[in-house]
Amino acid sequence: MLKFGATNMKKKGHQPSSTATQLPKCPTGIQGLDEITGGGLPRGRPTLVCGGAGCGKTLLAAEFLVRGATQFGEPGVFVAFEETEKELKANVASLGFDLAGLVRRKKIVVDYVHIERSEVQESGEYDLEGLFVRLGYAIDSVGAKRVVLDTLEVLFASLPNEAILRSELRRLFRWLKDKGVTAVITAERGRESLTRHGLEEYVSDCVILLDHRVNDQIATRHLRVVKYRGALHGTNEFPFLIGDTGLSVLPITSLALNHKVSTERIATGIPRLDAMLGGRGFFRGSSILLTGTAGTGKTIISSNFAQAAARRGERVLFFSFEESPNQIIRNMHSIGLRLEPLVKCGRLRFHSARPSLCGLEMHLATMFKEIAAFKPQVVIVDPITSLMELGTVSEGKGMVTRLIDYLKAGQVTSLFTSLTQGGHALQQSEGGMSSLMDSWLLLQDFEGNGERNRVLYVLKARGMKHSNQVREFLISDHGIDVVDAYIGASGVLTGSARAAQEALEKAAVLTGQQEAARLKREVERKRTAIERQISGLRSDYEAEAMELRRIAEQVGTSTLMLTTERAASGRLRQADIKVATSSRSNQRNGKVS
Amino acid sequence: MITNNVKRRAATRRRAAKFWQLRLYVTDSTPNSLTAFANLKTFCESNLKGRYRITVIDLVKQPQLAKGDQILAVPTVVRRLPKPVRTIIGNLTDTARVLVGLDLRPTN
Repeated sequence: MLKFGATNMKKKGHQPSSTATQLPKCPTGIQGLDEITGGGLPRGRPTLVCGGAGCGKTLLAAEFLVRGATQFGEPGVFVAFEETEKELKANVASLGFDLAGLVRRKKIVVDYVHIERSEVQESGEYDLEGLFVRLGYAIDSVGAKRVVLDTLEVLFASLPNEAILRSELRRLFRWLKDKGVTAVITAERGRESLTRHGLEEYVSDCVILLDHRVNDQIATRHLRVVKYRGALHGTNEFPFLIGDTGLSVLPITSLALNHKVSTERIATGIPRLDAMLGGRGFFRGSSILLTGTAGTGKTIISSNFAQAAARRGERVLFFSFEESPNQIIRNMHSIGLRLEPLVKCGRLRFHSARPSLCGLEMHLATMFKEIAAFKPQVVIVDPITSLMELGTVSEGKGMVTRLIDYLKAGQVTSLFTSLTQGGHALQQSEGGMSSLMDSWLLLQDFEGNGERNRVLYVLKARGMKHSNQVREFLISDHGIDVVDAYIGASGVLTGSARAAQEALEKAAVLTGQQEAARLKREVERKRTAIERQISGLRSDYEAEAMELRRIAEQVGTSTLMLTTERAASGRLRQADIKVATSSRSNQRNGKVS
Repeated sequence: MITNNVKRRAATRRRAAKFWQLRLYVTDSTPNSLTAFANLKTFCESNLKGRYRITVIDLVKQPQLAKGDQILAVPTVVRRLPKPVRTIIGNLTDTARVLVGLDLRPTN
């Protein structure tokens, strides 16, 4: 990281002054090289490109010429010491350069200079004026601004007199400078010096070193600007590759952190997961990391995400480094995700490759190319870890940085899955990458009660509210289902423990219901009993009241009778006693009856 | 070794009988160019009298001709005939090398 930071600072520090005092530069048109050199090679001066066999010196030089002729309107001369014109044309045609056409249209002159030592005798003094004449003639014939000498060192093998050669080379470079052409001179890498014959002594304005190294059986090309007189430049080794559109150097710090951001949110395809992310899913254009151990459902969640995006009408590019597209489609079909129609209608594209197919840089370039061609809104890389294993930690991180920067610049949402090795601390193993990511979902296996259960949680989600709850999720025929959290005494309950808890809760509810019903019945019974009691009492009371009434009536009657009797007896005493006696007996009879 | 020498002498005699066509590439009239021409002339006069022709090509005036004979160093002598084509670079001051280079043996 320090390494990259230093370059960044250098570049930033150098940019403000670039307009005022900078050397005139000659853009190469080679992707990335102009960024490293701050605009190109020194104009009107020779540049030395050195490197071992097969590291792309000739191609770099050829591309410099071809791009000069096609993009910058600067014709060029290619002086080939090693390859014939025909060979050269065929070789660069493989990069998509029409050298033959440019030669026909008089944009480029190819001059094959060949001298066979066995056929040449040396006698006395000479100089290389012949080369100068040829070069001068070629330059004048097309009005060349750029010259390539590839590989000048062949002369050391052809001409026996090194002293003459050296003095002539010195003169040649002086002459090239006087001509005002921007020259690229290629040279073989020496064992201890930059070049085998010490050409760097003569050409020292700008020296570019190319290198082709094999690490873990995977070859990566590197480019380094060793020297650039009078200009600041990136001093690091930059990986580069030769693709079918020429060279591309991939500077890590070529993109500044100033990309636009979106406030738009996009759904993940799992509603409950969206709910955990403030209810609306991820930000568009953000980078999402999905980590988990083997079999935690990373690919399934990414496929879900892909399907959701494609169904919204977005284009999704799925880089798969472990499974073939057909395998993913088949596997996802088993959980109810139908990816095939989306592939057919062109909204979902798979790109599968084995990580060991080529080096990290080549993968990155391929990905860039695919992204540029397909213009997706969502990119999924499954898994990023198998790519990162190809290089060192810093290389891997550099690659992810560049990929994310590239995607963010285009507001592409990116989802990276990352396989964590069992037994590692999750946070630790992703330390290199996590800081680059805006959101981080963690998938985990919970082992307990003799079973494994999958849980997920949001470890970080920049700029949005998110749930801190660990959630269990189930993979069923209908895809992913995030289930309710059951929190027991020892944490979140998952799997059968959750099911048991669920059952327990159900049972408790049932018991409660039964208890309530029982109580209700009891109360009802009591109420009936009381009512019955009340009615009994009432009937008692009514009977008594009736009795009372009757007694009262009786008393009333007897009182009347008594009164009547008394009156009668009184009368009888005065008149008739017989009447009084009979009325008394009558009353007695009535009572008995 | 002896048979080789015999063969070579025989070949030399055969070639010596043919007509020699030489080209001398020079640039302007630099000292080296002048020396080379003088030396070549001397050789031819002493070895190939009447059987040679020297064409002097000034590359400053005719730069397009440099490509054909793969001229790099100046001065250069190219023996166009008899075949095969042979090339000597330098001002031809080293006589022995010129003789080897042109496959020329003194006839004495």
